[in-house]
Amino acid sequence: MTGSVANENRIAVVGSGPSGFYTTEALLRSGVPLTVDMFERLPVPYGLVRFGVAPDHPKLKQVTTAFDRIATMPGFRFIGGVTIGDDVSIDELRKAYDAVVLATGAELSRALDIPGEALPGSHTAGDFVAWYNGHPQFADLRIDLHHETAIVIGHGNVALDVARILAKTADELRRTDIARHALEALAESRIREIHVVGRSGPAQTRFTAKELRDFLELNTCDTCVDMRNVSSDEFEPPSPDDPELTEKLSLLRAFSQAAVTKPRRCVLRFRLSPVALRGRDRLEAIAFKQESGAVEDIACGLSLSSVGRKTTPVAGVPYDAHRGVHANIDGRVAADGSVIEGLYVCGWSKRGPNGTIGTNRGCGIATAEAVLADITHRRPRSDTPDALLARLTGRGARIVSYPDWATIDAAEKRRGAALGKPREKFVTIPDMLAAVRA
Amino acid sequence: MTYVVTDNCRGCRYTECVTVCPVECFHVDDAMTYIDPENCIDCGGCAPACPVGAIEPDYRLAADKKYWIDVNRKRATETPVISARLPALPGADERRRALGR
Ligand SMILES: Cc1cc2nc3c(=O)[nH]c(=O)nc-3n(C[C@H](O)[C@H](O)[C@H](O)COP(=O)(O)OP(=O)(O)OC[C@H]3O[C@@H](n4cnc5c(N)ncnc54)[C@H](O)[C@@H]3O)c2cc1C
Ligand SMILES: NC(=O)c1ccc[n+]([C@@H]2O[C@H](COP(=O)([O-])OP(=O)(O)OC[C@H]3O[C@@H](n4cnc5c(N)ncnc54)[C@H](OP(=O)(O)O)[C@@H]3O)[C@@H](O)[C@H]2O)c1
Ligand code: SF4
Ligand code: SF4
Repeated sequence: MTGSVANENRIAVVGSGPSGFYTTEALLRSGVPLTVDMFERLPVPYGLVRFGVAPDHPKLKQVTTAFDRIATMPGFRFIGGVTIGDDVSIDELRKAYDAVVLATGAELSRALDIPGEALPGSHTAGDFVAWYNGHPQFADLRIDLHHETAIVIGHGNVALDVARILAKTADELRRTDIARHALEALAESRIREIHVVGRSGPAQTRFTAKELRDFLELNTCDTCVDMRNVSSDEFEPPSPDDPELTEKLSLLRAFSQAAVTKPRRCVLRFRLSPVALRGRDRLEAIAFKQESGAVEDIACGLSLSSVGRKTTPVAGVPYDAHRGVHANIDGRVAADGSVIEGLYVCGWSKRGPNGTIGTNRGCGIATAEAVLADITHRRPRSDTPDALLARLTGRGARIVSYPDWATIDAAEKRRGAALGKPREKFVTIPDMLAAVRA
Repeated sequence: MTYVVTDNCRGCRYTECVTVCPVECFHVDDAMTYIDPENCIDCGGCAPACPVGAIEPDYRLAADKKYWIDVNRKRATETPVISARLPALPGADERRRALGR
């Protein structure tokens, strides 16, 4: 906690994912006297780095050391376990802080908006990811893996993440930080065939070559390309100056020619648009329309649609329904084109769900610049952060500090060490809080 | 694995790469930037951000560019970290055009 300097600017950042941390860092590095209180709904930080990034990509998760370093900067405070818009209204928050920066991500999965999406067996990739990564809101989701065929809809990196997790054996996942309930369910999986279905061609896929390369190394799953609707010329790179696309197409070509010998298969399919999920009491097939207009049914027992995400609206904050983000002009929240004083946005809740983790660094720096440019003529506050926090505690909030998180972190690592995993996550909020008290 | 800066960066140094690196891997001298392979977490964010295509993953480097792996490793230990954008070097725009970008 920092001693308060009378003239110090008090800034609230809402959300502890990459964009929240990088905005905080840019603010605290600016040399302007200020402090940052980072509010987070959950008792644990890191947003999608903890609950999105695949468990079998541990190297990427080392980015959390950068976040932990930011958390040691003088003037930083973590206020976990508080939901803005619910426990505290946005107006109450704005009264207590000179500026509020929303870094709330894009938590809602986009729907396909076709018939049958509510059938049992139909899920979004976002829910499946949150489940295998032990997000408390999704830990008791029922994912029925007792079917032979799964269909993943979409050709982005998230689609490849979920297909790869389905394609791996429990032994390939056992030493990752995957949640225990997911490892147990995947160990019993009967999925043999995974169709990854996109609506356009090989060159239009949004996934990256690096993610596709992971499919070369699966122990019990072959990857292949269904050549209906695709011609082999399409694997010819359009320009030698694009090494990324060249590599992606040559991987797809290799998959299209590979022999199929392993017990599981991952089949990439192109130019099929989903039109309906079919089934009587539960999902039995997905109907896809080809470019010719003909409809093809692919039988399956599990569907994971991976077609993007949008930001959860926060009460009192204008929402851009078309883009699915808090309405903003270059990081300043705006209603009908006019800027709302002292309210900002960064990361996926500003730009939408695109880019890599580091994209949020440049994005956060830009938002911090907007905050700092405006702060010289800030309006007076009618409340203080400490009075707000005292009221919150009075209302029964259990606030989690960064040292408390360090205690949870250490406990998870201890649980993991016993199992040969980097950590065994707590998957309920009461268990997280119990670890703080222990 | 790591990402590697190659000769296209020489004399150009738009530092677009620097602000997208989540872990501040970039080092800089008067001529160009270098990636510290000990820090790089292979997020792949810098490669598409570079306007002159100077950055590649190590495995994708052409045979005559592989030596840049060692150059990056060595120069990263000898040069300071850069964490914010620098103004592009004089002549950068001409070089960008010369490279056909
Ligand atoms: C499945 C998946 C896998 C990914 N894998 C990779 C990868 O391998 N490599 C890569 O570079 N990028 C990856 N990404 C992208 C990366 O995760 C995002 O770019 C990044 O997390 C976005 O950061 P953010 O801070 O905007 O949002 P988030 O990380 O989503 O953080 C938002 C935070 O805000 C909190 N919050 C939301 N609402 C409130 C509220 N009202 N009050 C308080 N707190 C709130 C949330 O709990 C969360 O902690 C992946 C994304 C997904 C979905
Ligand atoms: N390892 C990594 O680096 C990694 C891992 C995961 C995520 N991420 C990043 O996180 C971001 C989000 O990834 P994402 O996979 O969710 O999104 P994405 O890359 O935007 O992919 C979305 C996919 O859904 C398809 N789609 C959209 N609407 C559809 C519809 N109605 N019917 C059928 N298909 C539809 C899109 O097809 P069209 O192209 O035809 O619209 C596209 O293939 C990306 O920037 C991604 O790179 C990175
Ligand atoms: S963006 Fe490219 S050219 Fe510019 S400094 Fe980085 S690597 Fe060099
Ligand atoms: S790949 Fe990612 S971590 Fe590595 S240097 Fe590039 S931006 Fe930094």
